Amino acid sequence: MISICNIGERVKKIYKILLLLLFANSSFAVTKVDITRSHIAPLPIAIAEFSGSKNLGDYIRNIVIKDLESTGLFRVIDKAAYIEKENIDSIPTFISWKTINASALVIGDIKESNQKISIHYKMWDVFSQKEAGNNNFSGASQENLRRIAHKISDDIYKKLTGEEGYFNTKISYVSLTKNPAGAVKRRIAIMDQDGHNHEYLTNSESLVLTPRISPSINNILYLSYENHLNPQVKSINIKTKSSNILGHFKGMSYAPRYVDNSRVLLSIVKNGISNIHLLNLDTMEQKQITNCTSICTSPSASPDKKQIVFNSDAGGSRQLYVMDFDGKNAERISFSNGYYSSPIWSPRGDLIAFTKIVPRKGFFIGVMRPDGSGERLITKGWLVDGASWAPNGRVLMFEKENGPQMGKQIYTIDITGSNERVLNTPHEAADPTWSNSLD
Amino acid sequence: MIKNVFLSILLSFVFCLSSCQNSSKSSLYDGSGGTAVPGSQQDLNTSAGNFVLFKLSSNQLDDNAIETLKKQVDWLKRYRYINIIVEGHCDERGTREFNLALGARRANIVRDYLVNSGIDSARITTISYGKERPTVLGSGMEVWRQNRRANVIIR
Repeated sequence: MISICNIGERVKKIYKILLLLLFANSSFAVTKVDITRSHIAPLPIAIAEFSGSKNLGDYIRNIVIKDLESTGLFRVIDKAAYIEKENIDSIPTFISWKTINASALVIGDIKESNQKISIHYKMWDVFSQKEAGNNNFSGASQENLRRIAHKISDDIYKKLTGEEGYFNTKISYVSLTKNPAGAVKRRIAIMDQDGHNHEYLTNSESLVLTPRISPSINNILYLSYENHLNPQVKSINIKTKSSNILGHFKGMSYAPRYVDNSRVLLSIVKNGISNIHLLNLDTMEQKQITNCTSICTSPSASPDKKQIVFNSDAGGSRQLYVMDFDGKNAERISFSNGYYSSPIWSPRGDLIAFTKIVPRKGFFIGVMRPDGSGERLITKGWLVDGASWAPNGRVLMFEKENGPQMGKQIYTIDITGSNERVLNTPHEAADPTWSNSLD
Repeated sequence: MIKNVFLSILLSFVFCLSSCQNSSKSSLYDGSGGTAVPGSQQDLNTSAGNFVLFKLSSNQLDDNAIETLKKQVDWLKRYRYINIIVEGHCDERGTREFNLALGARRANIVRDYLVNSGIDSARITTISYGKERPTVLGSGMEVWRQNRRANVIIR
């Protein structure tokens, strides 16, 4: 029986069913965390070798394959199995692709003239025999070819899942290296989502923590101990690498999080007490939002900028709270057994990711709805923390230590709990932050 | 004036006698092989104690902590020209940002105790390192117990 709906709809359906199943079970027991991993078999697709230029074609094709396979949703069938050589301008011989079990077929063609490269790609639904994608990227050059390749990946991903792709994104994190004397040096690093174009932005011996990329992807905020008597949040320009202290507060400022390009939420310590402040980057005006008598920290704004989720021990133990943007109507949203921290609002607005510590069970990364319902723990580790969302709100990135003294690494995971994988970095890595998609 | 100098030399001699019996840990702080210079970090470490420990997730001072702090107050009253940094620290079994907040709480409760005991607040700076600067490397209950601390460092 051949299904009548196209592949995109099928993948979308699978995703929907998966999410429905996960959220239906809202009374989630912690002990079940390991068996909640929902594995779906990756969809087999074919990506024919690009015509026009073997070198450039292979380069782009390999990037696209790596992008798509990294999602765990697709498997690109080995080209050795391909029976047919297709032309981008003709209708493919569908039976040949059906035979090797390909659900979709991608065909690409490259044209070069005067150092300018144009790339044309088409995607076919092998079962419905209909065109499923078709896009032309002209004006490419050797320098931006990786970005164009990621754009093709974004396009294919969107056509097949209905979600925005996240392959043209940057990741910033803290790189840890040990000097011969054993002291740990931390540097703010930035790289493409797939590990390419890796670069260090700071090179100070003093402690640096918690980088956060601006929505415009021009600046990164981070906590710097350069002033060893008063650590402060600094802002560094990604291109020029020039940096400046944000604000100059009397007490330590930390836990910065962008609301938008001109506003930042952060915590400021006064007499040992942490409160959340809103700082306007254009006017440098600041406003205290919370009135805590102990700890209020780790603020993260909802994408509609109407609410803020934060971490507080106001009720005796560390829990998550949601309040209005002006600090009113704070309500606790985390209630099940354990301690919660490091909340971050999904860019879709539908979920809040967090770290949960359950005594005698360990550290978990989980998600819940903004009203606290539907808590779901998606991964566990000896230590996991610092979740950050992909711009499409489907994938999380976090820091993980697999055991005592085993070192820190960055992992990504699908919010269904499947496809957990380590991100390759040159050294130990902590505190990941995921950017928006580049233009 | 001369009397004062004489007194402090005498005092330091007495303190040295008691401190020299202390563990080799103190020699980390100067190269003199255990002779504490009066008013030095090593002198503080050995004659008063330069750290207090905290229970899990707590910023409360227990009896042991208060005993140490009383000695620190005496020491700070003796060396009135010395300014200090109180560092708040946490063990590695917490989350990064919350531990920065908790470290600040711990440093502050020590500062408050010292100030309430008559030490000029202008002499004290507080800082939190969260879980990023353990004093004992490694893992396990004993290691974590020793890392949940507030240190007093001479500026």
